[in-house]
Amino acid sequence: MLEINNLHVKVEDKEILKGVSLKINAGEVHGIMGPNGSGKSTLAQVLAGRETYEVISGEVLYRGKNLLAMTPEERAREGIFLAFQYPVEIPGVSNLYFLKTALNAIRRHRGLPELDAMDFLAWVREKMKLVQMDESLLHRPVNDGFSGGEKKRNEILQMAVLEPTLAILDETDSGLDIDALKIVARGVNSLRSDERAILLITHYQRLLDYVVPDRVHVLYDGRIVKSGGRELALELEKRGYGWLEEETNVGVVR
Amino acid sequence: MATASDKIQRLVDKEYEYGFVTPIEQEVFPCGLNEEIVRMISAKKNEPEWLTEWRLKAYRYWAELERAGAEPRWANVTYPPIDYQAIRYYAAPKQKKRPRSLDEVDPQLRATYEKLGIPLREQEMLAGVAVDAVFDSVSVATTFKEKLAQLGIIFCSFSEAVQEHPELVRKWLGSVVPYTDNFFAALNSAVFSDGSFVYVPKGVRCPMELSTYFRINAAQTGQFERTLIIADEGSYVSYLEGCTAPMRDENQLHAAVVELIALDDATIKYSTIQNWYPGDEEGKGGIYNFVTKRGKCLGRNSKISWTQVETGSAITWKYPSCILIGDNSVGEFYSVAITNNYQQADTGTKMIHIGKNTRSTIISKGISAGHGQNTYRGLVKITRSADYARNYSQCDSLLLGDQCGAHTFPYIDVQNPTAQMEHEATTSKISEDQLFYCQQRGISAEDAVSMIVNGFCREVIRELPMEFAVEAQKLLGISLEGAVG
Repeated sequence: MLEINNLHVKVEDKEILKGVSLKINAGEVHGIMGPNGSGKSTLAQVLAGRETYEVISGEVLYRGKNLLAMTPEERAREGIFLAFQYPVEIPGVSNLYFLKTALNAIRRHRGLPELDAMDFLAWVREKMKLVQMDESLLHRPVNDGFSGGEKKRNEILQMAVLEPTLAILDETDSGLDIDALKIVARGVNSLRSDERAILLITHYQRLLDYVVPDRVHVLYDGRIVKSGGRELALELEKRGYGWLEEETNVGVVR
Repeated sequence: MATASDKIQRLVDKEYEYGFVTPIEQEVFPCGLNEEIVRMISAKKNEPEWLTEWRLKAYRYWAELERAGAEPRWANVTYPPIDYQAIRYYAAPKQKKRPRSLDEVDPQLRATYEKLGIPLREQEMLAGVAVDAVFDSVSVATTFKEKLAQLGIIFCSFSEAVQEHPELVRKWLGSVVPYTDNFFAALNSAVFSDGSFVYVPKGVRCPMELSTYFRINAAQTGQFERTLIIADEGSYVSYLEGCTAPMRDENQLHAAVVELIALDDATIKYSTIQNWYPGDEEGKGGIYNFVTKRGKCLGRNSKISWTQVETGSAITWKYPSCILIGDNSVGEFYSVAITNNYQQADTGTKMIHIGKNTRSTIISKGISAGHGQNTYRGLVKITRSADYARNYSQCDSLLLGDQCGAHTFPYIDVQNPTAQMEHEATTSKISEDQLFYCQQRGISAEDAVSMIVNGFCREVIRELPMEFAVEAQKLLGISLEGAVG
């Protein structure tokens, strides 16, 4: 589904990603871990199409198409969803209206009929049960005055409503208490299917207790330095990232 | 790489759709202004002597101000001096006689209004809106007149009101905006040519929206209309006005006066969608919109509510105001003003509290893009007699880009210690983060800007009658669905 080949990315002359390669198949859940500043969020933003990041070289294929040639909204309509680390507030625009506009833009792109207000409300209510969100949040402006936990849950709600093919979660677990974390995990797990892929970017392995990944990658200084199964996450939790430095320095210098 | 503000700028740049000229034979007066021209206008309209005299007094007052160089200069706008002798003060489509029915209206004129989306044929109209169509200096058609007359409601052109209801016109004309009020009001009083007149009798709730559509067509011509609305005791009326003009390189002057009078328990809701030609992207041409609008809440428990969406004009200078005389009377002002390219707007309101327990609300939303300059200027005055008066003001500015400006000048004058005043103000920008967030959800950048602007304006847009909200939506490029409800 997603194939990243030797991706180099810079921001304002500083190279952040220094040759990332990664392959994710449909039906898989991958976790990406790494210390602060390793390039995790950059990877997420580049995949979503943020213009502030400049791709120097490398390619990204999404379902066989050149992802880097698409605008952010085309990527979204083609099924890529990014749960933001810092969800943005949009005053005056109701959450419900925002979501409906988004869903219908995506449906139009796929040649599906748009949902009217009634059908849409029924659809959203169904999804709200999943994230245990109070319905009043639907009628409030997007993320405006939401608590940190509410914002994250709102991202998961949006994800559930839009039913992406490739979902990227950028530190959605950070700042959540254990109950909220379980709710987020349930939302993610409900999306797991043979047709979808999920990329979990996280700092801690805590989330991976609830969403068990097929593969775990360690991003370190702009490169994926180690990949493995879920036991890799547990090892990182135990040993931190320090041991990797020694191990990978050897590997990198070769 | 395009910056966020470049992107936003491209999105807000839209062609002016109403810039065409109707090729119609017109009767025009020579350029210039003097007593003779004023008399000619008055004679053209077959006016009674008292009105001719009133015009002449206004003219002399204005000429005095002009000589003294007393054209107002305090607004936060700049424009070269206006040559008042280079303007034509009367232009009208040639018609053999005033049409008695819509079928007699010149097909060219009918076609013009259809092109503007204002069908004059009653059966085709949106249910519940009666239209008075003003083309340059004259009213060309008024719809639903008979139906309204059955309820005792008078809705006609100003010229007709002078002929048919001179006692009402004489009683109220200039009672809210005297000709001595200001430079442009004096000019209007001298040369006003047409406009709308509304009288709603005691206890009658007007069953449909009344509206006037103003169209400037002739070149070098100023438009000086005058609107007078009287809501008698216990009555209700909702009135809408819309305006457009052809694209021309020279600036054209529009100096209107609107007077509203609400008696005991009466309510007037007045909505404007102003879309005069704004000039081109270099700031060439466009309408100078110098307008005096004021309402008097004369009666107890009366209410006047202004809602305006100002998207057009090169320069807007207008302050729809309320004088709250009756006890418990209510004044409201809801405004969206957009300035793009080199447009300038200096707009706001005055709420003058005189009666006891009077209340006023001011919600102003300014949106600036390009090199646009947007100024909110407002006065809230609580006089000594206005016990327990209350005001709530909110002025928000949204900047799209980094070449534009937003300015706020709130004046507050409180002479009664029981007053309660609240004022809130914010300035914000559409951020790249917001745009990207919307795009990541599949919403195009263009729709995202519309949605954010729409969200910013929603408190004002939802005050508009449904029929007008649709037009506002088109104008702002916003979606109605998000704005109402």
